[in-house]
Amino acid sequence: MASAFDEMNGTGGSVREAYEGLKRWLDTVPADHIALRRSQAELFFRRIGITFAVYGDAEATERLIPFDIIPRVITKPEWQKLEKGLVQRVTALNAFLADVYGPRECLKAGVIPEDLVYRNPGFRPEMAGRKVPHDIYVHIAGIDIVRVDQDDFYVLEDNARTPSGVSYMLENREVMMRLFPELFADHRVAPVENYPDSLLATLRSVAPNSASRDPVCVLLTPGQFNSAFYEHSFLADKLGIELVEGSDLFVRDDIVYMRTTQGPKRVDVIYRRIDDDFLDPLAFRPDSILGVPGLMSAYQSGNVTLANAVGTGVADDKAVYTYMPEIIRFFTGEEPILKNVPTWRCREKEALSYVMDHLPELVVKEVSGSGGYGMLVGPHASRQQIEEFRRKLKQAPDGFIAQPTLALSTCPTFVASGVAPRHVDLRPFVLSGSDKVRIVPGGLTRVALKEGSLVVNSSQGGGTKDTWVLDA
Amino acid sequence: MLSRTADNLYWVSRYVERAEFIARVLDATQRLSTLPAAYGGVGNEWRTALLTVGASEAYDESFTEVNERNVTTFLAFSSDNRSSIRSCIEIARQNARAVRTAITAEMWEAINGAYLELRKYDSVSMSREQTGRFLEWVKSVSLAFDGSAYRSMLRSDSYWFSRLGVYIERADNTARILDVKYHLLLPESERVGSSLDYFQWSTILREVSALTAYHWVYRESLKPWLVADLLILNRQMPRSLASSYENIVRFLDDLGQRYGRQGVSQRLSRSILTRLENTTINEVFKTGLHEFIDNFIVDNNKLGSAITDQYLV
Repeated sequence: MASAFDEMNGTGGSVREAYEGLKRWLDTVPADHIALRRSQAELFFRRIGITFAVYGDAEATERLIPFDIIPRVITKPEWQKLEKGLVQRVTALNAFLADVYGPRECLKAGVIPEDLVYRNPGFRPEMAGRKVPHDIYVHIAGIDIVRVDQDDFYVLEDNARTPSGVSYMLENREVMMRLFPELFADHRVAPVENYPDSLLATLRSVAPNSASRDPVCVLLTPGQFNSAFYEHSFLADKLGIELVEGSDLFVRDDIVYMRTTQGPKRVDVIYRRIDDDFLDPLAFRPDSILGVPGLMSAYQSGNVTLANAVGTGVADDKAVYTYMPEIIRFFTGEEPILKNVPTWRCREKEALSYVMDHLPELVVKEVSGSGGYGMLVGPHASRQQIEEFRRKLKQAPDGFIAQPTLALSTCPTFVASGVAPRHVDLRPFVLSGSDKVRIVPGGLTRVALKEGSLVVNSSQGGGTKDTWVLDA
Repeated sequence: MLSRTADNLYWVSRYVERAEFIARVLDATQRLSTLPAAYGGVGNEWRTALLTVGASEAYDESFTEVNERNVTTFLAFSSDNRSSIRSCIEIARQNARAVRTAITAEMWEAINGAYLELRKYDSVSMSREQTGRFLEWVKSVSLAFDGSAYRSMLRSDSYWFSRLGVYIERADNTARILDVKYHLLLPESERVGSSLDYFQWSTILREVSALTAYHWVYRESLKPWLVADLLILNRQMPRSLASSYENIVRFLDDLGQRYGRQGVSQRLSRSILTRLENTTINEVFKTGLHEFIDNFIVDNNKLGSAITDQYLV
């Protein structure tokens, strides 16, 4: 594995221009000042209760995600290119979904194999032939991006179902501004605090035509035991909309209402943070107590907008991901601005034999896995783990893709021994409304705190950083 | 607002109020139990404490012997007891977390801080003095929560539902004390010479934090019928039934006005308050104190259900 590109120091020794101010600050600020600020940051996060739950971890049902106080810096030209690429990519994702559940032109044209769509666990036959309000499926997308050198950003994954993490983007900035006002005086950092406004504008723009001019939006949560409950309540609060659970809603004559102290109130837009499977026990999993009986029927009748739409999972599948360059070309007529990571589709015979021969160098992922579970990182795996994946690949090659182990870029990060480079990724949040696409500059930077580790997921020991897009 | 949100707000307040009530009962009982028998210590005060907080039957399922240590453990720390101080704080915190955005940061910090602090208390190794400090702490939690609600909440329906929880619970608690101890409170006409009951009366006043208030209001030594008057009819006394109902009526009226609709809750609460206003303690004794309290408890529960039906489901 080649040595990684460091976002502060580049590949050589000289500090990159964007990081000069930060480097000066790091070199001159007294160590005890930093230590104090770090403990203040931790206290702040604990006090306001930003926690997440780790599934399968009975001891700590509420934990903090480690926060690193050294920000990650992106220059204006870099961001402008990313932004263009993100708009293009999400526009294509929406067009792809409208097509898959509509005229199916891309399947007829052979852009993507039919079985990858129809036999995809994220594909919802209930949605076929149904129009969703304003033809938008993915209202909120989280696109995971990694950097490998001075010029190249790759898309690692499209999250088109219920991407999370945006509350950390907002709170990280809040904490940084409070603790290091002097840094913000020296840098012109583009603000992110307008995200809730943009999200609300997006949700209101996609209300069904039958809604009043002042549509009622709600955020639907699985409840306080969900790992992202903090984020749900945080967002509902910032948006000024009700945080509802399934039992707060009911459907009568295909219209959705919420139970309020003043009687039933009609709901027009549901920003749902519940997976498709649990939305409606009448349509999907009958054992779900999180959902709302009859919701799907109201949705199909066009009386309520679900954000994101039902069935978007078909677009954030890792097997479909490998076809994104073709999908973008087909629907936008343009060359993709953001590259995909080169990927071997194990369903293809030649690719599979290559993967089998090079397992110790590759990253192998389950097509339907997420959150860093069910993957093999070749260079870090034991022989036993490699053999286990070899068996899995032989049994069900269709369920896997493989990618080269990328030399993800690193950022200076506080660790026990001082400041050291650690691998990072970036998740910008892309909002698609009926009027336009909105992106706040930056996103959530996740950092793998273990030395050499490439896994940034919070459930696997990752942390977060504030992300600065410089405005000059 | 969402019915579930209103329901959670209402119950957060009820549970915090209940935790404080249990702490006061334990505190007063501990004091009474240390008195020599000649001063009225009759030896069944721990059973009485269980009856007062309505936990007697549940207690007997877990313990055979009624003594200070067992009762304190059960009422303060037991997780099996849904109405122990520990359970009350945990349930209140869980309810608060579910409606995190409907309460203010100050209220959240009061209840979440209490929840975190609670884990530090270990019931098994507690001395009497430590228990005393723990009970003081519980009272301070309730004060902090109540005070933060009063000082930081918008005067809107969230505030009114949270207040209703406080006063319905408070009226219920005061009525429970009277229900268990009515036989100690005799009318003036039946006065017997003994002062054996003096410490029982002062215990009752301690349970509603009104020992000092009594002297300011009546400027007399303790008389059982005046203790009854203070707890039932005196509107200056913040834990009396009359005072609780004054507040309940007011907050229900605020809700009715804001929503532009009156209902069963408003009518029922007003009729209960009217009954408390149009009577004297002598008349209460004439019809029978026990019967009066029994009727009140039934009515208070009825109002609780009416509020639930009208707003919380």
